Amino acid sequence: MMDWIFEFIAADLRTMTPILLAALGMVFSERAGSVNIGAEGIMLIGALAGAAGSFLFGNIWAGAFVAMASGALIALLFAYLTVTLYADQIVVGAGLNVLGLGLSTSIARVLFGVNTTPPQLDAYKIVPIPLLEKIPLVGPALFQQKLLVYLAVALVPIVHFILFRTNIGLKIRAVGEHPKACDTLGINVYRTRYATLIISGVFLGLAGSYVSLGLLSFFTENMISGRGFIALAAVVFGKWKPKGILFAALLFGAGDALQFRLQASGTEIPYQFLLMVPYVLTIAALIGLVGKAKGPAARGKPYLK
Amino acid sequence: MRKSTIDLSKAVSPLLAIFFALLFGGAAIYLLGFNPLAAYASLAKGSVGSIKAVTETIVKAVPLIFTGLGFAVAKRCGMINIGAEGQLYMGGLFATAVGVYWDFLPPGIHLLVALAAGVVGGGIWGALAGWFKVRFGASEIITTIMLNYIASLFISFLVTGPMKEPKGEFPQSSQIALTAQLPRILPGTRLHLGFIVALLALAFFYYFLWKTASGYEMRVVGMNPEAARYAGMNTAKSSLLAMFMAGGFSGLAGATEILGVQFRLFQNFSPGYGFDGIAVALLGRNTPIGIFLSGILFGTLRAGANMMQMLAKVPVSVISIMQAFVILFVVGRSFFETRKNRVNILESESESDLDAEVGEGDRV
Repeated sequence: MMDWIFEFIAADLRTMTPILLAALGMVFSERAGSVNIGAEGIMLIGALAGAAGSFLFGNIWAGAFVAMASGALIALLFAYLTVTLYADQIVVGAGLNVLGLGLSTSIARVLFGVNTTPPQLDAYKIVPIPLLEKIPLVGPALFQQKLLVYLAVALVPIVHFILFRTNIGLKIRAVGEHPKACDTLGINVYRTRYATLIISGVFLGLAGSYVSLGLLSFFTENMISGRGFIALAAVVFGKWKPKGILFAALLFGAGDALQFRLQASGTEIPYQFLLMVPYVLTIAALIGLVGKAKGPAARGKPYLK
Repeated sequence: MRKSTIDLSKAVSPLLAIFFALLFGGAAIYLLGFNPLAAYASLAKGSVGSIKAVTETIVKAVPLIFTGLGFAVAKRCGMINIGAEGQLYMGGLFATAVGVYWDFLPPGIHLLVALAAGVVGGGIWGALAGWFKVRFGASEIITTIMLNYIASLFISFLVTGPMKEPKGEFPQSSQIALTAQLPRILPGTRLHLGFIVALLALAFFYYFLWKTASGYEMRVVGMNPEAARYAGMNTAKSSLLAMFMAGGFSGLAGATEILGVQFRLFQNFSPGYGFDGIAVALLGRNTPIGIFLSGILFGTLRAGANMMQMLAKVPVSVISIMQAFVILFVVGRSFFETRKNRVNILESESESDLDAEVGEGDRV
């Protein structure tokens, strides 16, 4: 029984990582007033870029870098359209999702061909933490993970510190609450929104690469399958706070992990219902526990000088 | 004076968006290692090159007009419906169930009931998201997306289990009865009666929103929920109705696709018509004529894409890239304006919308 629990925790940590990374990136941009429903598309491009980078350079970290750079680039496009041109954030986000699907699928077809056996890609490897990994039960579950898993968890207090204990964080939050006042005080609203969106793009790209090269070791069409949207829900569910987001990501990750476990255990339940678990859980979380939390006041609105 | 420039830009900017989407799409095709001219030539051949090609374009435009209406009617009430894909699947499922199992119904009636079932199936799925919103305050943007995945998985379960054709290898339902099939309008082509249903839906959309009291309330709620509440309107009722109608329109997309083209239910029978609807409504500015025209345009892309893959070997997914460019160029159209004009456009747009829709001509 204990084995089962710790194995489940290990699986939960693995599956929550892309959601946590993506959501921690988006908490910056959301706090500054941007809602990016194009997260799914950016993660998809990150997944492809990671695989492509690893394929072309033969090194996973080169792949990770390409993924982060491409995520930043697409986020820059989002920033230009929504911040500089005041375009509707939801519509631009929807456009980015279509772009992400089309671009990643087309490039994958050209790069890897159709119906061929997937090439061997350099993927993220498990990095055990010395000594700690030796602890019975806990060790294998918590300290024999891939580097990005540790990174995602370590980022929770770091992001919290930046947002709530530094001057930069104060500015970011102020821009999301009352951009006009910030402008009067000499805080550059446009630059803040650009910067936070680019940060979120880097995180989203990295999160995408973890899906293609951490959970699997290849790219398949539309492989993010809603994780970008779930990350968006995790930000709302976590009440725009890193600690809350960690909790939300653990919950959504648990849905995913549970689904894998049940499938593997050969249950009677048709697999389609197991695959539904993360999506049903997201809706349940949104209707059950959120509602009282209010997001940043200027969230989703363009700022006109 | 100002009015006329705005009207002109309203007509020109979608055309500019299409032009730039074709230009950038061509660049993308070139960068992927294909010949853009050959690609576009085969795209044109497959979409407008013959009578058959033209009718295929219309066949592809039918579901897009419905899903475009599904996005537009929700948007008019201030809701963002990203769930047309799931609503389409539920509509297709209900229509199939009636088409296959209710074959005791007389001809004519059977078809009508199957179409109505499509409206109900999609409508329930849309109203569910609307209910989550008005009752629990859950963002319809996220819940409609989650409902897309759930609908698609549910259909996958049905066609591999309870609804699987009794003697068959494939995960698909039995064929619907002949009496539930949409008749062909033009012999020798796949153009079916669903096109007329789509035209009726466009007329209904116009009539409902601009000629009825409920439609008026819906638009006021969409423009200014606070004012609507202050005027004593039931905003929750409007939002629910709008989401039911949005789902109903999208459900018809699935129903006509099954009853007119596929004749049976199987997993992923929509190649993304639900998501294309967002672009269709956006390009058509949520107006009936605009949705019709942009539905035809996106139908052209869909119909031509297969020929493009066949003749020029360009992957079908390139069409998504072009659609994304259309969306991004429509929303980014103020790129062509100076900063000052951009603000003016934004402000005058909401203002002229109010003028046209609330009918207060004497606003300053």
